[in-house]
Amino acid sequence: MLRAEIASRLREFELDLEVDVAAGRCLALVGPSGAGKSTVLRAIAGLHRPDRGRIDLAGRVWLDRAEGVDLAPERRRCGYLFQDYALFPHLSAWRNVAFGLTAVPRGERRAHAIEALARFGAEDLAEVMPAQLSGGERQRVALARALAADPHLLLLDEPLTALDARTAAAAARELAETLSATERPALLVTHDFTEAALLADEIAVIDRGRVVQRGSAAELSSRPTSAFVADFAGAVVMFGTAAGGEGGTTLVRLDGGGSVSSTDAAAGPVAIAVFPWEITLEAGGTPAHGSALNQLQARVVSLTPVGNRVRVGLLASQPLVAEVTSRSAERLGLAPGSAVVAGWKATATRLVSR
Amino acid sequence: MRRTLFGFALVASLTVALLFLILPVVAIFTNTDPGSLLDSLGRESSREALWLSLRTTLAALAVIVVVGTPAAYLLATREFRGKALVTTAIELPLVLPPAVAGIGLLAAFGPKGIFGSALEGAGIELVLQTAGVIVALIFVAAPFYLRQAQAAFAAVDPSLLAAARTLGASEARAFARVAIPCAGPGISAGIALSWGRALGEFGATLMFAGSFQGITQTAPLAIFATFSTDFPAALALSAVLVAFSGALLLSVKLLASVPLLGGAQA
Repeated sequence: MLRAEIASRLREFELDLEVDVAAGRCLALVGPSGAGKSTVLRAIAGLHRPDRGRIDLAGRVWLDRAEGVDLAPERRRCGYLFQDYALFPHLSAWRNVAFGLTAVPRGERRAHAIEALARFGAEDLAEVMPAQLSGGERQRVALARALAADPHLLLLDEPLTALDARTAAAAARELAETLSATERPALLVTHDFTEAALLADEIAVIDRGRVVQRGSAAELSSRPTSAFVADFAGAVVMFGTAAGGEGGTTLVRLDGGGSVSSTDAAAGPVAIAVFPWEITLEAGGTPAHGSALNQLQARVVSLTPVGNRVRVGLLASQPLVAEVTSRSAERLGLAPGSAVVAGWKATATRLVSR
Repeated sequence: MRRTLFGFALVASLTVALLFLILPVVAIFTNTDPGSLLDSLGRESSREALWLSLRTTLAALAVIVVVGTPAAYLLATREFRGKALVTTAIELPLVLPPAVAGIGLLAAFGPKGIFGSALEGAGIELVLQTAGVIVALIFVAAPFYLRQAQAAFAAVDPSLLAAARTLGASEARAFARVAIPCAGPGISAGIALSWGRALGEFGATLMFAGSFQGITQTAPLAIFATFSTDFPAALALSAVLVAFSGALLLSVKLLASVPLLGGAQA
């Protein structure tokens, strides 16, 4: 169990948060760049000394500013996966891994290092210098290095950011396997909600140095407590004002015109969150007769293929995004400029007061 | 380049500069025939001067590297109040006139200097001694090394040092096993530069240590001492220094083209 309370004055705001991660679990700290996420990792690893705070791992105190306890990074020995992997450029892959194996007798380090590389299918890279490795290979060597000395805690800083999209998917799978196999607590930092949802058991959304909401990915998506979290979870966020309701629904007048209904109760100015995959599209002019209560006239502004689906950028009175299969995009003959009707259920519409 | 008057002026000025700068160097080799050059190198005084130059510059370099490397590392990796002032103070000998450096050394370590009696009490003699030559060389050559090494350490990606620490390395081990190898090319260039400066050192040495054959008369001082009486011998010594300095400069250029290991990689 990792428990950390960290408070530190950063350049533009005060970092002040508490995190706890149980053994074998992975918590993701998610937030925009510069929200203080990496500082949390650095503080836990001992690379940054917070102004105030306390960190303990499985009952062993690493930091207690009030008591004057501050263990050096080399005595904390976190398995730290750096954003750019930080492989030593003057050492071959196995020597990179062996760097941390100081407890192993010198003669056995090479065998240990190659064994650690083999766990990530990278034993063939043992003699290769980091500059000759591809992004995905670098990550595997860096993971082998971070885990080789059996650290008590795993810290991962934007583990997939340095990879291209195709490599990232494969690397994410490997990383997810590693994380579920380890019995250590793991703390992951990322600005990408999808990455966090993929890799972590739980997500804490950070904004300007504070945790604004914590829960599973599903909880954060379905019950965001703020427009910030909804936006981060990948929802379309629109703004309006709740204006009464009928039959258990709330009617919201959108800023700029139009209105939507939600099964959430709210009053006054609100943010409206709906996920792109909840939004269906009909050809413009055709009155829809489905169960979707919300209907907005919109114009297609962009089409972005994502796998076998298409993200359709729309402009109604406010911008929104729908995600449909490539087949339906073709059937509707969607093109920039097409007029469509975007529809979704009132039950899929989250309201957050602002 | 288009054939304009301005283009012509550019080429002309480069030609003038190049000719002017290269001519004296070429003249050293062409003024006498190679045979008599080698001949005068065989002379006792010349050999002694070169041998003394080699010994004193290497001794000075050893001190500079041993003390200067950690100092440069500190300047490159830590922020502290007055850091700009410290950096400027360290670089001051770069712009100091040699005569001023000599006087300064005498005022500090000479018999009547601040530390004169302390050194005398400890049985250390510097003035008119080989040790004094080494002190003068360190004073003038150290800033070249410190500047270069500081820049080389500053270019090492800090996350490499952080990674070393999380992998169990103490700060000292991270310095020795990661920072130094990664800053290697820059450090080597610093060694070459300060060696070149030490080899050519003249004024401060003359004032502080004097010019006694075999004891304090390094190659530049020997050139000065012999040029009026034995011009070929002075030329021969100069030729050796030119060749050596040229090799050092070339090695600096080559090292500069080695990508810093700790910096951005492909």
